[in-house]
Amino acid sequence: MAGVRAPFVALDDVTHVYPGAEDGAPAVESLSLAVGEGEFVAIVGPSGCGKSTVMKLATGLQFPVLGTVTVAGERVTAPVKLAGMAFQNPTMLPWRTTLQNLLLPLEIVEPHRSAIRRRKAEYVAKAEGLLTQVGLKGQGERYPWQLSGGMQQRASLCRALIHEPKLLMLDEPFGALDAFTREELWCVIRDLHAARGVTVVLVTHDLREATFLADRIFCMSARPGRIVAERVVDLARPRDLEVTYTPAFVGIVQELRAHIAQARIAA
Amino acid sequence: MKRRSATLVAAPWLFTVGFFLLWEIACRAFKVSSFVLPPPSLIFAAMGQFAGPLTYHSLHTLWMTLAGFGLAILFGLLLGIALGASRLVQVGTYPLLIGFNAIPKVAVVPILVIWFGVGWLPPVLTAFLISFFPIVVNVATGIATIEPETEDVLRALGASKWDIVRKVGIPRSMPYFFGSLKVAITLAYVGSVIGEYNASNVGVGNLMARASADFNVPLLFAALMALAILGVVIYLLTVWVERRMTGWAQRSNFAAA
Ligand SMILES: Nc1ncnc2c1ncn2[C@@H]1O[C@H](COP(=O)(O)OP(=O)(O)OP(=O)(O)O)[C@@H](O)[C@H]1O
Ligand SMILES: [Mg+2]
Repeated sequence: MAGVRAPFVALDDVTHVYPGAEDGAPAVESLSLAVGEGEFVAIVGPSGCGKSTVMKLATGLQFPVLGTVTVAGERVTAPVKLAGMAFQNPTMLPWRTTLQNLLLPLEIVEPHRSAIRRRKAEYVAKAEGLLTQVGLKGQGERYPWQLSGGMQQRASLCRALIHEPKLLMLDEPFGALDAFTREELWCVIRDLHAARGVTVVLVTHDLREATFLADRIFCMSARPGRIVAERVVDLARPRDLEVTYTPAFVGIVQELRAHIAQARIAA
Repeated sequence: MKRRSATLVAAPWLFTVGFFLLWEIACRAFKVSSFVLPPPSLIFAAMGQFAGPLTYHSLHTLWMTLAGFGLAILFGLLLGIALGASRLVQVGTYPLLIGFNAIPKVAVVPILVIWFGVGWLPPVLTAFLISFFPIVVNVATGIATIEPETEDVLRALGASKWDIVRKVGIPRSMPYFFGSLKVAITLAYVGSVIGEYNASNVGVGNLMARASADFNVPLLFAALMALAILGVVIYLLTVWVERRMTGWAQRSNFAAA
């Protein structure tokens, strides 16, 4: 079913060199990938291969030296205004309560920005609704540093979603969490994706995570990063955690592992 | 446990009293001339005797210090934000700032006197000039060291540079800012006393200038003592404000442990 839709995010033959790179070597080279609207894709690859760079290119935080990036049919020349992002580090602002942290995107994105005073009560209710969805009911008044790492990560997901972005970029959001919390949050993400039809790009080191969540998985080569393999995950949705023990699932994970091992040897 | 904390509370007082006692004993034992180093008893007596003028001049010095300090906060915040937010301003003004900071501010007082004559302006301006630099540097550092990921989150939402400075840069630079106030207030105090000493008719600085011309050593020391007390009060006030304003920054137990 993927690939039929017109691409929502497209990187076309993209090469990127960081201005600060000492050797001037590209971080990604001749990389192409396309993500359909509402699709959930995962990007896996060896460390330092340029996965985060792909995220930055797709959101207009960096611009490629060669090739084009298109989001929602338009060429990206400035930061896209419709993305929600979450990273491995929850990046909550410590001087704001969790609830105030969640409201931050609404203070920036129009049309909420001009309405934040008028519609405050509505927004607060919405934020509390999201917190409840991720299992943080009633934690809004606490400061982020009074929450555990996993709780902060949940809050950070809520912050990425509060303005109902069309595009959700997750860069190893569960990297620092224990296996149980991680699987719990997989389900949270799965449900949010199913409920909202948001396009999700997930960067991860965890092949099981990629396989469980994504419709399609891209494997990247070692630096300079390129897409070396693409795997459609044809497991039926909705998936639940049991699926991770089925032979089909394990087969995909092993196939991905082989690709990554190869990419690392090639380096 | 309880007794240990009681000792901790009493310790500053015990040490202070002990210090003055030692001083008194040393003066008497070695028969130090009170013209060289008066014993504390004489100094306290002088403080009693000159209580009126000391209070009057101290209040004036306090006022000069706070005025200069206020200017330094205003200017330091504005310049610090500009420096932290703009690489261009930062690189461009760097040599000027370093050069300016290198000038001993005492050397500026004669110029201030030529411009403004003897009065309240030279002490206030000296206090200002000497104390704004740490504020600028700290605020600029706080803003310039925003975590790149936080910046990415906001930029991907379409936040402008100013949005990021306002929502993240300024709040996160506040602990740096209040930290710098502790340094700045002490410097401002030095500045106002230097200014008064050289270019004013009132203030503790001026009182000391006159006492030293009269060889009134006990009064000189009494004035020093007044400066010390006032300095401690001002410093504690700043610390108190810092605690009130940036509680979130003191979430670690590191300092307490
Ligand atoms: N701001 C930067 N300036 C210069 N070089 C950079 C910068 N950010 C990343 N790089 C380089 O680009 C390459 C790709 O980095 P990137 O962060 O995209 O890797 P990654 O795949 O996300 O790695 P990881 O899995 O460890 O997070 C790395 O070799 C890195 O050294
Ligand atoms: Mg990365």
